Amino acid sequence: MVKNKKLIKTAVKKSVRLVRTQADSPRRATKKGINSIPAKTLKGLYETILRIRRFEEKIIEVYPAQDMKTPVHLCIGEEAIAAAVCIHLRKDDYIFSTHRSHGHSIAKGSDMKRMMAEFYGRKTGCSKGKGGSMHLCDPENGILGSTAIVGGGIPIAVGAGLASLMKGTDTVSVAFFGDGAMDEGTFHESMNFASLKKLPVIFLCENNFYATNSPQSARQPHDNIAMRAAGYGMPGVQVDGNDVVAVYEAAKEAVDRARAGGGPSLVECRTYRWKGHVGPDCDVEKGCRPRDEHEMWLKKCPVERTRKLLLENKIMSEKEMEKLLDNINKEMDEAVEFGRSSPFPDASELFDDVYYKG
Amino acid sequence: MPWTKVYVDKSEFEKAAQLQKEGLRGLTFREALKEATAQMMEKDDRVFVMGEGVDDPGGIFGSTQGLHKKFGKERVMDLPIAENGMTGVAIGAAMAGMRPIFVHMRMDFLPMCMDQIVNHAAKWCYMTGGRTNVPLVIRSIIGKGWGSAAQHSQALQALFMHIPGLKVVMPSTPYDVKGLMVSSIQDGNPVMFIEHRWLYEQIGHVPEEIYTVPIGKGIVRKQGKDVTVVAVSNMVYEAMKAVQPLEAEGIDVEVIDPRTIKPLDEDLIIESVKKTGRLVIVDIGWKTCGVSAEIAAVVAEKAFKYLKAPVKRVTLPDVPTPNSPVLEDAYYFDYKRIVSSVKEMFREV
Repeated sequence: MVKNKKLIKTAVKKSVRLVRTQADSPRRATKKGINSIPAKTLKGLYETILRIRRFEEKIIEVYPAQDMKTPVHLCIGEEAIAAAVCIHLRKDDYIFSTHRSHGHSIAKGSDMKRMMAEFYGRKTGCSKGKGGSMHLCDPENGILGSTAIVGGGIPIAVGAGLASLMKGTDTVSVAFFGDGAMDEGTFHESMNFASLKKLPVIFLCENNFYATNSPQSARQPHDNIAMRAAGYGMPGVQVDGNDVVAVYEAAKEAVDRARAGGGPSLVECRTYRWKGHVGPDCDVEKGCRPRDEHEMWLKKCPVERTRKLLLENKIMSEKEMEKLLDNINKEMDEAVEFGRSSPFPDASELFDDVYYKG
Repeated sequence: MPWTKVYVDKSEFEKAAQLQKEGLRGLTFREALKEATAQMMEKDDRVFVMGEGVDDPGGIFGSTQGLHKKFGKERVMDLPIAENGMTGVAIGAAMAGMRPIFVHMRMDFLPMCMDQIVNHAAKWCYMTGGRTNVPLVIRSIIGKGWGSAAQHSQALQALFMHIPGLKVVMPSTPYDVKGLMVSSIQDGNPVMFIEHRWLYEQIGHVPEEIYTVPIGKGIVRKQGKDVTVVAVSNMVYEAMKAVQPLEAEGIDVEVIDPRTIKPLDEDLIIESVKKTGRLVIVDIGWKTCGVSAEIAAVVAEKAFKYLKAPVKRVTLPDVPTPNSPVLEDAYYFDYKRIVSSVKEMFREV
């Protein structure tokens, strides 16, 4: 038993080292990749990334007032993924997300006013104040809902993919999930079935190396999630999730394949959340994650990297960026104002929507 | 195993012949269920059947037998044994415009799907403010006897009755199984469609055309004035068998078949109890927090002053299903227990 303990300890240590070192090794963007993306698209990507960042920062700003009574799971540090995946999607393509879904909704084109109103529990919220931050929906934009049960949305995304196939449409379905969902049976059941039926599904893993405070090394025998795809007979790719062009290229490949009838893919985007699992604060001070690890990832800021990329390639000027930021800040003020000033639902609405009456 | 026989026995043939003579069309419960499924699949492209073994030669005790030959294996889809994941798939397909019927050969497999049924299917409409919905039918079959034992015989309807957002139906007759299946497919919500295996060979009148039986409406199977017996699923037949012996004792029984246990037709039960003043509830599940507990509570809340005697519950004892025939006999009950319970009720007062 003692011997076993030693073995396990060694394996864990090795695995931790892997997490730290491999963060730099996944597929990065190529020069060719950058050049092949139209300037307008790159600008759009930057805009979405910045919008998500500012949206999350706005929540941090207003949260202390304690009138936004919903647990928030912020995606600061992970913004590039939502932007670079959703840019390939049409309005009628489906995305299914998790408790950490703000970025995905914004990138898919949801109205931020209705999102904020939802967080404030208002009738005008995207889920009429019944869902909160963890249950955003926007059916007209292909967001049928998001779930706060880890791994729960993955098979549902696969089901939407099955519906596309049965209806003979070419819509695709994206399941966003984290490394925590990899621990769940639903991930494996979904991968198996999607591959078996060659469904138009993109398994999009945002690997931020933590499930709440449990590091990946405490939960999984190795940290290579993309590798799992091989066992299910589908392509899997690991990319630097903070490199917008790398994610863009990998997502494009996966979406194009799905849309053309080539079946599902697994895309692992390695990234890091800057804030704690839930709430506006950072958890490093509490000892939840190592400080040096956190600091290393702050240097990989997706907003800064995208900004630098656009400036270096003369796609946007500093001035244009300032203007964009001003506009986005205005959007945020308007969204919060809309949310705060909207009416609450009537207490009698408690009983509505338990059953669908369509 | 006696239950594997797919032919109906002589007396049932005779019953069917009798129905034909009366100008009525006789079908078994199994045939009626299959007919509802096939007719709805013909009528509506969105309807499809999924489940482990739905296209095998047995076809879920005959209830889906041969459907794949007519509609293809894409619409009568065999599945991996991944109950929770496949429930998620069914939910996603339903939300994206399909009308899946997910079939489980045993109700005992449903606990594997609790996350997707309870956390997802049941709540999705509510947590999206009614902007999405999950039109999904989940069929499951309760087994009994021949040593089915603890994991092949459970009647877990009460678990689902507890969950807001689900509908739970338990048809007992061929007519109702067809009408309720049509209603369940047309409903915009997740419907737990629970069948007892021993009902499959029951014969009754079933019209050929598509018709509906409303979800949430019970029915009085036999009118009476002395005691209300509410019986679910195959217990309806046992309750009916208890009518004659009780009549011989001078007790006039009213038999109610709720048909749907969620939403429960409370009014029908309350009205009956107001008339008879006595209530016996017969369930095929366990006693604690079971269907009988809920019905008893409803009557206690809404019709207490009409009760002439304490409510009686005839249910399974709170133990897992045993294997040995001797223990099975001690575990299960039939109409005789209903008769003795009713008689006891009259003796006690």
